[in-house]
Amino acid sequence: MAAKKKTTAAKAKAAKKTTTRKTAPRAAKKVSQKKVPFKLDSGIPAGAMDEKWDKHRFNLKLVNPANKRKYEVIVVGSGLAGASAAATLAELGYNVKCFCYQDSPRRAHSIAAQGGINAAKNYQNDGDSVYRLFYDTVKGGDYRSREANVYRLAQVSVDIIDQCAAQGVPFAREYGGLLANRSFGGAQVSRTFYARGQTGQQLLLGAYSSLNRQIGLGKVKMYPRTEMLDVVLVEGHAKGIVVRDMVTGKISNHSAHAVVLATGGYGNVFFLSTNAMGCNVTAAYRAYKRGAAFANPCFTQIHPTCIPVSGEHQSKLTLMSESLRNDGRVWVPKDKKIAAKIRSGELNPKDIADKDRDYFLERKYPSFGNLVPRDVASRNAKEVCDEGRGVVPSGLGVYLDFADAIKRMGENTVRERYGNLFDMYEKITGSNAYKNPMTIYPAVHYTMGGLWVDYNLMSNLPGLFAIGEANFSDHGANRLGASALMQGLADGYFVLPYTIGQYLANVGIDDRPNQDDPAFSAVQQEVETRINNLLSINGDRTPTSFHRELGKIIWDNCGMSRNKKGLEEAIQIIPKLRKEFWQNLSVPGENASLNQSLEHAGRVADFLEFGELMCRDALQREESCGGHFREEHQTPEGEAKRNDAKFSFVGAWEYQGENKTPKLHKETLAYEEVKMTQRSYK
Amino acid sequence: MSGEAMNLTLRVWRQDDAEDAGRFETYNAPDISPDMSFLEMLDVVNEGIIADGGEPIAFDSDCREGICGTCSMVINGVAHGGQQGTTACQLHMRHFRDGDTITIEPWRATAFPVHRDLIVDRTSFERIQQAGGFISVRTGSVPDANATPVPKEDSDLAMDAAQCIGCGACVAACKNASAMLFVAAKVSHLSLMPQGQPERERRALAMVQQMDEEGFGNCTVTGSCEAVCPKEISLDFIARMNREYGRAILKSGCN
Amino acid sequence: MSLAHNIFNTSLGRKYLMALTGAGLFGFVVMHMLGNLTIFAGPAAINEYAANLHSLGPLLWVARLGLLAMVAIHIWAAVKLSAENKRARQVRYEGAVQPVDEDRKSEIVSRYASRTMIYSGLIIAAFAFYHLAHYTWKVPQINGVDADFEEFYVHEEDAGEEQVAFVTVLPEGKEGANGADVYRMVKTGFGVWWVSAFYVVAVGLLCVHLSHGLSAMFQSRGFKTKSTEKLINRFACTASWLLFIGYVSVPLGVLFGFVK
Repeated sequence: MAAKKKTTAAKAKAAKKTTTRKTAPRAAKKVSQKKVPFKLDSGIPAGAMDEKWDKHRFNLKLVNPANKRKYEVIVVGSGLAGASAAATLAELGYNVKCFCYQDSPRRAHSIAAQGGINAAKNYQNDGDSVYRLFYDTVKGGDYRSREANVYRLAQVSVDIIDQCAAQGVPFAREYGGLLANRSFGGAQVSRTFYARGQTGQQLLLGAYSSLNRQIGLGKVKMYPRTEMLDVVLVEGHAKGIVVRDMVTGKISNHSAHAVVLATGGYGNVFFLSTNAMGCNVTAAYRAYKRGAAFANPCFTQIHPTCIPVSGEHQSKLTLMSESLRNDGRVWVPKDKKIAAKIRSGELNPKDIADKDRDYFLERKYPSFGNLVPRDVASRNAKEVCDEGRGVVPSGLGVYLDFADAIKRMGENTVRERYGNLFDMYEKITGSNAYKNPMTIYPAVHYTMGGLWVDYNLMSNLPGLFAIGEANFSDHGANRLGASALMQGLADGYFVLPYTIGQYLANVGIDDRPNQDDPAFSAVQQEVETRINNLLSINGDRTPTSFHRELGKIIWDNCGMSRNKKGLEEAIQIIPKLRKEFWQNLSVPGENASLNQSLEHAGRVADFLEFGELMCRDALQREESCGGHFREEHQTPEGEAKRNDAKFSFVGAWEYQGENKTPKLHKETLAYEEVKMTQRSYK
Repeated sequence: MSGEAMNLTLRVWRQDDAEDAGRFETYNAPDISPDMSFLEMLDVVNEGIIADGGEPIAFDSDCREGICGTCSMVINGVAHGGQQGTTACQLHMRHFRDGDTITIEPWRATAFPVHRDLIVDRTSFERIQQAGGFISVRTGSVPDANATPVPKEDSDLAMDAAQCIGCGACVAACKNASAMLFVAAKVSHLSLMPQGQPERERRALAMVQQMDEEGFGNCTVTGSCEAVCPKEISLDFIARMNREYGRAILKSGCN
Repeated sequence: MSLAHNIFNTSLGRKYLMALTGAGLFGFVVMHMLGNLTIFAGPAAINEYAANLHSLGPLLWVARLGLLAMVAIHIWAAVKLSAENKRARQVRYEGAVQPVDEDRKSEIVSRYASRTMIYSGLIIAAFAFYHLAHYTWKVPQINGVDADFEEFYVHEEDAGEEQVAFVTVLPEGKEGANGADVYRMVKTGFGVWWVSAFYVVAVGLLCVHLSHGLSAMFQSRGFKTKSTEKLINRFACTASWLLFIGYVSVPLGVLFGFVK
């Protein structure tokens, strides 16, 4: 106790020295009210689409190079967006604190991206351009993204490849030594750069190496195994965070001039997804509860080629590259009874005659066949399984058959193209896909929704930025393949480092509150109380069991296809489950140690609130677009039917308080360049 | 596809924190499906432990698809369990037999102190990377990607090395707890790329120096690291690093 | 960072030293064996070989000091490296190595020779010391026979009747001072069964040591790759066996009477 007093006294003394400088300018610059009023201003610069970013950069305020070292920026998350932003900010001279829950920044889930990264390099001379990449992305997003942001993304895409190559990323190359490309869904040009099936890993390791360099130079202080549990607002501005050291359990707070969230997506609200075990919505959701708008939470992407669930024990799903659909044929038996016999093991797929098979994608979409976009392929797989024609014991799986491909090109060619995927499939399922058809089923893969941000990637809370998958920005209602890596790195390397300067220059060097500010202790107190609450319930159910139950509710009602009734039901059930959670949760152990149950419990608590928000968003969006398919809104052929007249907006939700219905705000989307059309893959 | 459920006995290392002496504890793992991954089996055992009022076994895992390098445990004396090119999270229970007793221990290395149970502190790897595992480029100040052609063979070989997931199995398996394969993978990857040339010697010297300071052992060329590496990174890269180091000391000695 | 620092104070530098001194010592071991084998050509050949060596004078001392330095560095680096290795892994695994894929066990478990390098090395060093005391310093107490090797000289003038079989006629101009009767020393020395046994065991260990060391030294210097690995391993194995046979043939030859 005595020691504590002493340090506080010392701090106060130190603070005294600077007080005169500390408070005066702040009062002058900011309105003295406690909260900044809720306002969504996208801040899209005027002018022609291709000049917006250049002009905007010119108009952005600059921070004097000598002053940059007097600023402190917090970056939460160390994936592609977080690591690239932290490294670049540090290179510019800012002092950066970077936090991640993993034991190393290199383990962020960007690492698991397989396919590649798009860039409008036109190295293949096939007519690609910034404009084409922009157009494809807006169209692929089913016209629910912001044109100006997407255009900028396409513009900086070319710099990303240069940057990564210079870092030594071993991209695939041709014999001449130049970069190789592959094509990807949703595009007719070959613009995807890749490093075997581990593009995400190599790009992340590139960003990680830049980050490491800055850590070594002392410009970035890295906090691994540290989880952000809340954001601290001072006079409405985000000025710090409260974190928990996941090894010792110590709760502490950190102040800064600005806070950047690069905390990824919320796919784990489904319990089963291709996300890593630790991926969570907590950081973004805590920001939302402090007043940041959450945009389009119902926009989630389902990936059609994942390995089906094998049982209740399943902890996560594994994705296999979409490229498999280039040569594999998707089918189920025509007859339910045959499917039942396959499920029970009485029949072998090879014994089913061709006339008894239903190659349903080829049948329904003769021109695109097995290569229809992700959402269409996924929905159709679900449909045939719902009809009782699924082929795995759980009933939720369809065949992806390479028998014809092997007949056509020989097993060796198939092995060359897909060998690593076949090996992975065998590792997980124990089945040899050269001999038996693979089984696949769709799984949640990416979330397009996220914190609402303006053109500067700042949320409606001043000083709070969101980048990468954590924001809603560029993908609209559906993300194209190989665009997630592009967006994460674009935000981190080439957008945020400039745009954050505007905010920092505006607020000035002195706008960094002392950690003694009561706002910090108040938030820290709340965090501690919440943790104590989680630990003191002493009920019967583990965090995992609640998570699994929530996931099932969300998957059934707000998954691949949604309807009013289901969504309304979910909005009824989730609060009940949440109530049970806070009454019957069991978290063994204590806070002051490494406690994985406690970590999980905190994340599930937020998912339990967030899941409801997602359903509300899906309910209000009375149209089908991209990954959001409302059964009430489809064409007679069963295709998604948009309602551009009424729903061409970003749905941004404002938190209203515990157990209160959040408020929907709409940012209208205006399209200057792109002509809206209905997608068709017939 | 699914076979008969198994009943297993687990001997698991339990340790409350870095200071605790630690001990083995025995658990029953009843009714285990052969389709479970090894970590899912532990999840199930943990749910049982919590139900019985105990504290679950702490173990690291994240992506559970063999790429993030988080999972780290020695299963029956072998890092990651011993299936070729496989991390613990991708190892499936169909490789075990009903009635088996499985011993599970954390990575053992002085440079990887135990945080809790099966979780170790691998920040020593971080510091090695921070010492020199990078090419110093500033964002934006780079030439066009195709301005520097890289022979396909070099790029492919660099990729073989760059695949390292930094899990630390090489250290765990080495009788000397040597980090040579890990360091060699990074040194080799960057020295094979033309972009990595300017810092080639400095990098090799700095990373080796840091590796030594972290207290890893030395390479006695037993090949255990290569055998357990989930990315099957070749021992050749250690030879390559030795060559790089020789080059570096000669060059730095002549300067 | 200086060259000396990078060589003596880093793990990789010390591995270099191990490899370089190891290579040097391997060279010595080969030459020594070739010299030994001259015994099968009769007393004259080996005594002449010994006399020629001794006639090198100061050069011999350079070689001896060089060898001594190599041995010292080799042992110093080995002791230091293995102490570091011990420190690096203080807690051993309890689980017996049992990979799910049982065929892979041999790849995962380190080879016996590689695990025992420091022990085989130290035993060899101890033997080398004994061997020097036996034949070079000619300490009479340890040779196991009632004879002082100091007296086994080639003295043409007073070679007695009994010794005539051992006497070698030295080349012209080289009579006198250094005419040690190596032939007689070897024959007498290895006539003692336990001396020969110790010798065979030590040489065996040396060859086990070399079977790993000869291949590892290529790796430590960075010459080993997947394409040369087979060749290098075969070389290490073959060279070790040849050395073993070469060395062991001398005491066995003496014991079983092949050396006249």
